[in-house]
Amino acid sequence: MDKTFAEKALARAAGLKQVVAGQIVDASPDVVLSHDNTAAIARIFRALGVARVKYPERMAITLDHAVPAPTTQHAANHAETRKFVEEMGVKNFFEVGRGICHQVLSEEALVLPGQLILGADSHTTHYGWMGAFGAGIGRSEVAALWATGELWMRVPESLKIVVTGKLPRGVTAKDLCLRIIGDLGADGGLYASVEFHGDAISKMSLESRMVIPNMMAECGVKNAWLMPDDAVFEYLAVRKSKSSKSQVTSSKPQVTSRRSQISKSEIRNLKSEISRNAIYPDNEARYIAEYRYDAKTLEPYVACPHRVDNVKPLSQVRGTRVQQAFLGTCTNGRIEDLKAAAEILRGKKIARGTRLLVIPASSEVLSDALARGYIKIFVDAGGVIGTPGCGPCMGNHMGIPAPGEVTISSANRNFRGRMGTRDAEIYLANPAVVAASAVAGYIADPREV
Amino acid sequence: MILRGRAWKYGDDVNTDVIFPGKYTYTVTDPKEQAQHALEDLDPNFAGNVQPGDIIAGGKNWGNGSSREQAVGCLKYSGITAIMAKSFGRIYFRNAVNNGLVPITCAAAVDAIQNGETVEIDLDAHTVNCAAGAFDFPPLSPSLFAIIQAGGLIQMLRKKFGADAKRLPMPEMKGGE
Repeated sequence: MDKTFAEKALARAAGLKQVVAGQIVDASPDVVLSHDNTAAIARIFRALGVARVKYPERMAITLDHAVPAPTTQHAANHAETRKFVEEMGVKNFFEVGRGICHQVLSEEALVLPGQLILGADSHTTHYGWMGAFGAGIGRSEVAALWATGELWMRVPESLKIVVTGKLPRGVTAKDLCLRIIGDLGADGGLYASVEFHGDAISKMSLESRMVIPNMMAECGVKNAWLMPDDAVFEYLAVRKSKSSKSQVTSSKPQVTSRRSQISKSEIRNLKSEISRNAIYPDNEARYIAEYRYDAKTLEPYVACPHRVDNVKPLSQVRGTRVQQAFLGTCTNGRIEDLKAAAEILRGKKIARGTRLLVIPASSEVLSDALARGYIKIFVDAGGVIGTPGCGPCMGNHMGIPAPGEVTISSANRNFRGRMGTRDAEIYLANPAVVAASAVAGYIADPREV
Repeated sequence: MILRGRAWKYGDDVNTDVIFPGKYTYTVTDPKEQAQHALEDLDPNFAGNVQPGDIIAGGKNWGNGSSREQAVGCLKYSGITAIMAKSFGRIYFRNAVNNGLVPITCAAAVDAIQNGETVEIDLDAHTVNCAAGAFDFPPLSPSLFAIIQAGGLIQMLRKKFGADAKRLPMPEMKGGE
């Protein structure tokens, strides 16, 4: 019988020949992710009665949610994480300032197509951009995974979303996602694996593709899958070859790495190795629902307070006064996003009464943005640059709005209280809309500033 | 096992940010203090009035959003013994089981229950009894029910690895989204 991506990926992760949707399997993830919550998970782990992590080489840990530490308590939490990392010999540990977990693990090529990554973060769906199976879990489950290396998972049913054609100018992957979430609702993909098909996706840059599985968490999906192609293999092969970090593998074929100059043939070999492990759904696989979008009919959208599925066309919310414009996060904090904003902000000043906060998703993005002159554009326009990380996205620090204020943000969540106070409003949009709104002082169409 | 308590009824799509705000995830560590913030941004009356044994009756997609386990823990520490909903956010469902709280999916019962009424949940018969009648819900699979009976995933693993014999204390449930 023909299989979906989820059925194939979880069969592989469970070491079974085949599985069907609805089946519960014991899966062994290739990578287990945690971040600032590592210290809390370590305390649980220490209470289990196990001395050592079973597979420390499968662990990946970033400090990103509240960095640099805003309080002594946060600093103590980070210190406890570092101690645990040393004790357990975790090689894939990324310090304060390296960036947001999902961006960093992608840049480091620590996850590969066809692999399973489970993370104590609801946006672990992110890794679908490369055709990996990524799903969020709770911290008790991460402690259990450290101890045992496996976790029960239900093989999800699958949804199929076909996107054809080309996005109009000024319409981005973020807008596609907002439109889908608005159409399907906050539980429209609950428990399901969502597969994206169609030529519109393969025409997108890799950075744009990264937005899609990340955002799909907002309609309840377990994971999202995009078709990995040559561009994906190239990106990962080049990065894998540069990486001096230890490899994250289990029983799967090992991909070698070295510091030295890498020849074209070596990259080619890496590419073919990575592509061999990619997983594609069969033509006649079963889907519980199928949705179709014609990219050329889409427009810029905005998610309005206090729900991600409260989506309206930009034209309907234009003119809403904003006190803060926030550009960053794992959703839209990459160089392509900063470029879109810089093109709007070049030579302009942000409006009086509005603040612009730019937080690159990683140190690599920050470095790249410096080299390209974007950071100067943002600072000259009156913007503030933050340390690569999650920033104020979940209300920890570094740009918390006052009660009564409105933020336009490139993030993925606008729940009431999300950024620190229940009395603030958050609108979600693409990076160009965020930048244009900073210039205008109200939610604006990039074409009008 | 029969659970009996007052119902706190809520609507659809109640997310983890309003159940336990993200700003507290790395700083509010004491279980009692976590309970004081439970549902803070949705129902400011909850924390001060919830009683041990009370039950949640939520709409569809209860607990969507973040993976933070405190969104289950803060209700547990408030004295909530069961969470009933029309459906659950998928990570929330796992977190409930792993913390030994029974997630009950029963849309008909949630519709029928009035806020504040006393309801009875019979876990053996898989029924919810309330003023409007009795409603069946699908049982949890035996493997998941075993986790709940053990008191949660951590307790189950402690037993497996002999933590009690080693006299390791239970972890303090602190911090972390």
